[in-house]
Amino acid sequence: MNIIEVKNLHKIYKESEIEVHAVRGIDLIFEQGEFTAIVGPSGSGKTTFLNMIGGLDKPTEGEIVIDGVNINELKGSKLIDFRLRKIGFVFQAYNLIPVLTAKENVEFIMSLQKRPKKERIERAETLLKAVGLGDRLNARPSKLSGGQQQRVAVARALASKPMFILADEPTANLDSESTRNLLEIMENLNKMENITFIFSTHDARVVKKARRVITFDDGKVISDVKNKY
Amino acid sequence: MILNIARRNIWRNKRRTLITVASVFFALFFGLMMRSVQIGTFGRITENIVSSYSGHLQIHKKGYSEEKIINNSFKFPSGKIEKIKRLNYVKAVVPRIESFALASSGEQTKGCLVSGISPEKENAVTEISEKIISGRYLTQNDNGALIGDKLASFLNVGINDTIILLGQGYHSVSAAGKYPVRGILHFSTPKLNSSLVYISLKEAQTLYSIENKLTGIAVFADNDRHTSLLKSEILSVFNPENYEVLDWGEMMPELKQLIQTKSAGSYVVLGLLYMIVGFGVLGTAVMSAAERKKEFGLLIAVGMRKIKLALIVFSETLFLGLIAVIAGFAVSLPIILYYSVYPILLSGTMAAMYEKGGFEPVIVFSSDPSYMFAQLIIVGVIVLIASCYPILKISRLKPIDAMRN
Ligand SMILES: Nc1ncnc2c1ncn2[C@@H]1O[C@H](COP(=O)(O)OP(=O)(O)OP(=O)(O)O)[C@@H](O)[C@H]1O
Ligand SMILES: [Mg+2]
Repeated sequence: MNIIEVKNLHKIYKESEIEVHAVRGIDLIFEQGEFTAIVGPSGSGKTTFLNMIGGLDKPTEGEIVIDGVNINELKGSKLIDFRLRKIGFVFQAYNLIPVLTAKENVEFIMSLQKRPKKERIERAETLLKAVGLGDRLNARPSKLSGGQQQRVAVARALASKPMFILADEPTANLDSESTRNLLEIMENLNKMENITFIFSTHDARVVKKARRVITFDDGKVISDVKNKY
Repeated sequence: MILNIARRNIWRNKRRTLITVASVFFALFFGLMMRSVQIGTFGRITENIVSSYSGHLQIHKKGYSEEKIINNSFKFPSGKIEKIKRLNYVKAVVPRIESFALASSGEQTKGCLVSGISPEKENAVTEISEKIISGRYLTQNDNGALIGDKLASFLNVGINDTIILLGQGYHSVSAAGKYPVRGILHFSTPKLNSSLVYISLKEAQTLYSIENKLTGIAVFADNDRHTSLLKSEILSVFNPENYEVLDWGEMMPELKQLIQTKSAGSYVVLGLLYMIVGFGVLGTAVMSAAERKKEFGLLIAVGMRKIKLALIVFSETLFLGLIAVIAGFAVSLPIILYYSVYPILLSGTMAAMYEKGGFEPVIVFSSDPSYMFAQLIIVGVIVLIASCYPILKISRLKPIDAMRN
């Protein structure tokens, strides 16, 4: 099943007189259950692309259809609500609300979805156990390591039961041990629960784990390798 | 959960919280104290003069205020007085004959204000008998006089000594009379002590040769709030073509002006206090919004509506403002209420300074709710406006820009 359809996507950043053509005509389709890495040199447009399919930035031209909805047409709180319902996010650095505990950070997104308290607490605990943080439920982010914080972020992204999870360089700030750990968790979730992950990375070890690798260069897709293994 | 975020953010940055609360608290506290003392003291001064002597309003023959002479007297208007008495907010109406004269005894002579009064009616409002420090009050057609204590000691007279009043009567006939001193008065307003002589209305009419005439009618309102309303109602009874109606501010322009200048000064100080509130709250709101930009970006990115986020942040500031306002009142109110019941009596040099300026040496706190309400509203509005800053920020926030390093 196709969950994201991208057609002729362009993004031009205008800063004063200088125009940067960051994404230049991308056509891609993502399916349910993918475990996809987007790679490419720095400045090739990976972040720009992920932001646009995540509904965080508007394309200059082209179409993004998610679950049958053209998200270019969504505005304001409609778009925010769409993100809440359909998309899970794991960001590179700043992922958690500092004043909330690990469990509350996971619970929080479900409270935005107005899920009942009991369900929220149970699911937050289950998910945090699944990412190996069953013993750190009540720790504030400042008391967690970078890897642990990213795992909380993955749990948070999963908590809202999104159609897919977008992760822009989720391991960029992690040591190799934490990187391996986080990737294992993502892989397991993908295999066991059929959760779709789309992530960008510079790390060759991360790329190796992906089952589809899309390579960007200069705002275009230069290769798209599916069904590795 | 949302309230948790707000609550914990308040605790997270204690210094910021403290600045916000302290700025609102202190501005409110000092503002309340200052206004309370000022309104209380001015109120006391005017009340002293107004209720112990002048009345809130006076009715004269047209032209009297420019030329306070006996020629500007008018026939006792019984019917009109009855009408005024029946008006709302009128506490009392008393007839008067007032004129300047020279008072003398032995070698001493001093200018004084001779006030012919109806002893019973007058005492019912101005309670002159309460101010007697020796001797007795006047009977209805008494042929004696009451005089202020300073004037008595200047003239060197005591009870039953005689004073001579010399002045100008109707159509410039000379007015002269001898009056035994019945009582000596002490007012809280120093000026009255050194200049006031009371005789009965009847004696005054004889002294000035004005049978059945008055120079003025003093009207006492139940409260100064109603003075201007009463004035217009009185003007509909006493035709302004023949009469003039003055309120106490017009009768005592120096006093009115003093109050206005002092109030103007206090508005400047109040303005500064409000600026402290504004900058205290706005400053911390700006700091907080800047510090939490990434957090705001994240919340919106993952699916929190801007309006909801704005509400959290707004409620944080509002909550702090509320705490500060409650604390401000909780600390100020007992002080104000206590000293409004038990005014601070000054002594020593402070007291002397006050007396010299012609004021009663006392600091009075007003517990009038209207100025407190005004302060509450102004501080509240400033806090509200300052709390809106983060809302503005959030409404313009683009999550990816906010989250970028
Ligand atoms: N907000 C912006 N304003 C102007 N130009 C931008 C903006 N964001 C990105 N760019 C430009 O767009 C191009 C693509 O940037 P993008 O961040 O998408 O690359 P990337 O592939 O994510 O790079 P990296 O691997 O370093 O994260 C770059 O040339 C970049 O300078
Ligand atoms: Mg990038």
